Amino acid sequence: MKRLLKGGRVVDPANGIDGAFDVLIDGDRVARVEKNLPKPDGEVQVIDVPKGFVVVPGLVDMHVHLREPGQEHKETIATGTKSAVAGGFTAVACMPNTSPINDNAGITEFILKKAADAGLARVYPIGAVSRGSNGEFLADIAELHAAGCVAISDDGRPVATALLMRRALEYASMFDMPVIDHCEDPSLKADGVAHEGFHASALGLPGLPGAAETVMVQRDVTLAGLTKGRVHIAHMSTRGSLRAVQDGKAQGFHVTCEVAPHHFTLTDASLEKPLQFDTNCKMNPPLREQADVDAMLRGIIDGSVDAIATDHAPHHADEKAVEFDRAPFGIVGLETCVPIVFEKLVHPGHITLARAIELLSVNPARILRRPGGSLAVGAVADVTVLAPEASTTIVASRLMSKSKNTPFGGWTFRGVTAATIVGGRTVFTNPDAPGAAVFA
Amino acid sequence: MTKSSSSPTSSEPVVVADAPPATRLKHRHLLGIADLTPEEIVLILDTAEAMQEIAHRPIKKVPTLRGRTVVNLFFEPSTRTRTSFEVAEKRLSADTLNVAIATSSVVKGETLVDTALNLEAMSPDMIVLRHASSGACHLLSRVCRSKIINAGDGMHEHPTQALLDAFTIRRHKGRLGGLKVAILGDLLHSRVLRSNVLLLTRLGAEVWVCGPPTLVPPGIERLGVKVTSVVEDAVRDADVIMMLRIQLERMQGAFFPSLREYFNVFGMTEARVRLARPDAIIMHPGPMNRGVEIASEVADGPFSVILEQVANGVAVRMAVLYLLAGGAEDEAAA
Repeated sequence: MKRLLKGGRVVDPANGIDGAFDVLIDGDRVARVEKNLPKPDGEVQVIDVPKGFVVVPGLVDMHVHLREPGQEHKETIATGTKSAVAGGFTAVACMPNTSPINDNAGITEFILKKAADAGLARVYPIGAVSRGSNGEFLADIAELHAAGCVAISDDGRPVATALLMRRALEYASMFDMPVIDHCEDPSLKADGVAHEGFHASALGLPGLPGAAETVMVQRDVTLAGLTKGRVHIAHMSTRGSLRAVQDGKAQGFHVTCEVAPHHFTLTDASLEKPLQFDTNCKMNPPLREQADVDAMLRGIIDGSVDAIATDHAPHHADEKAVEFDRAPFGIVGLETCVPIVFEKLVHPGHITLARAIELLSVNPARILRRPGGSLAVGAVADVTVLAPEASTTIVASRLMSKSKNTPFGGWTFRGVTAATIVGGRTVFTNPDAPGAAVFA
Repeated sequence: MTKSSSSPTSSEPVVVADAPPATRLKHRHLLGIADLTPEEIVLILDTAEAMQEIAHRPIKKVPTLRGRTVVNLFFEPSTRTRTSFEVAEKRLSADTLNVAIATSSVVKGETLVDTALNLEAMSPDMIVLRHASSGACHLLSRVCRSKIINAGDGMHEHPTQALLDAFTIRRHKGRLGGLKVAILGDLLHSRVLRSNVLLLTRLGAEVWVCGPPTLVPPGIERLGVKVTSVVEDAVRDADVIMMLRIQLERMQGAFFPSLREYFNVFGMTEARVRLARPDAIIMHPGPMNRGVEIASEVADGPFSVILEQVANGVAVRMAVLYLLAGGAEDEAAA
């Protein structure tokens, strides 16, 4: 079965394309990308791409928590990938802090099986750095790699010691896999629950200083230099971390980083307004102060930041309806990411749409060494269609994710996902984007 | 209560602002001083003056809250605050219910919200909440029908303590505006500090806070206070010296080397008190650690109003209960 996407604007930065092109999909592959493609012979679904829509390589979220196995009350692989495709993501990389931890091939295979059953977004499992993510002994990394893991991480916790990080970087380099680190010095974090600063002080919340993150990013950058391994900084949030990453890159170390949408959108002032002590504003890293938010934006604009990743962290409503210090860290992010990127980055003119696609597709695919991020002939037909002018108002209860823990409920954004195509097959069309039904 | 006090009448103006005096509270809960305007604060203090008179009657009871039920829900140990609320409620003829819950039993199962909703099923009018988590009262105010009174939430606020402190200061000084108030001790973990800073700056006092840098909340100067680690600078020419308890139970790490060193550097001694104005008063919210933050000679000395604070707490809490219940308006409607 062939599908011809006619008349859209195609933005494919990996191939230097930004303009009016037609895209022919043959089965699960991209067959041709040219101007004014004639309808080929045989059975072809011709789709007239609505005016204003943009066809881009499928978006890749390299940092999500799908919660399965073990915490299916928060999310399952089926509901998480449903949320992913509704957010325009054709692939997601899921963190290993499930229950049990993904530190062996059995769990990895289970995740891949569940993902295949769901048949929505591609799922790239991330294995644990250490057994049980306990920070003591390396997990069986070769086995994890062979089973399909694309990276290793003890996310939720930092890689505990400098020595373990060194060994992980050295060992993972055999497989060209990045070590993704949740950077946070545990002694500086202590019992912190909110960014250390004026707002946490005013509310009497134990502070989580930016320095707790920065010192460990500095450690990891230094170790990237020592080992020649590949360090990827998860959910970077401080201006000090950005400087450390820039420094590592300048020295030619293999250092990459990601930023979550909330970290370039919200500050710690959200702890007080509009709602005081809103547990949907509790995540780790926490919402930082303005200077950090400004730095994240700067890094996104100047190219220091490699990827935007959501750190999609679903939690059940009951778990969030408790005292602030007792609530779990994290918010859902898959379905709010594209609207935020349009509203906060593209429409104000901070970055081009091509740069947005680098951050959301090209770079994450490259860092994880996965296909995707490109509409080259022969590439997998993972395609996202964007409607930059369509507006959406976020309604938490309508999210596809099993959990509804978002601070963006009630926010209106301009710019949405219109349709999501995985392996040539449409898996999502957005009713908020007029005309998107043609992709069904 | 060793120092004689001149009590001003309630009609004396206190506020600098031009706004007309408040006659009722805007919010249905008392979650923190942060929600109160200067006029509302003055209204509470003036009402407390009237309530104070009841304590001097032979029959210390008025029927104001008859038929109303107040739940004192305390998740943290408390002597002063809980008994003070209970006395205040009883003097207003409310039916009171004391629920003291060890934090450990909550960890086992029921959430705070469920506990509160279960109590609410018995139709109380107000819940007085003391809880170890900052924001616990805000959480309940979103799910409960009852009016919530914050009796101390974590490190956040303790509004009735700040109100009784202000009441005590006003009784001695006749005003709050223009006074130099020095607050010393564990600033980081203190809800008393936060509520007092909000209240005193709102009413025009010059507030100095002092403690070791390890116990100063980052950014606190943005609340309009002067921050120092030099006790002498804080105390010099002060009208009011307010000591905060060194909360030994919350000292997770080594915030200072030893209690001995703390007392040497920050303890309130008679020599340091002499730097303050000759008519300065010494306050402490209790419970005191004698020989840690305050020398016994100072705590029991002629400048101390520490026990007077406790006495005033009842009147201030009666005022808060009365005003939240609807004040004069509600009484007229009943």
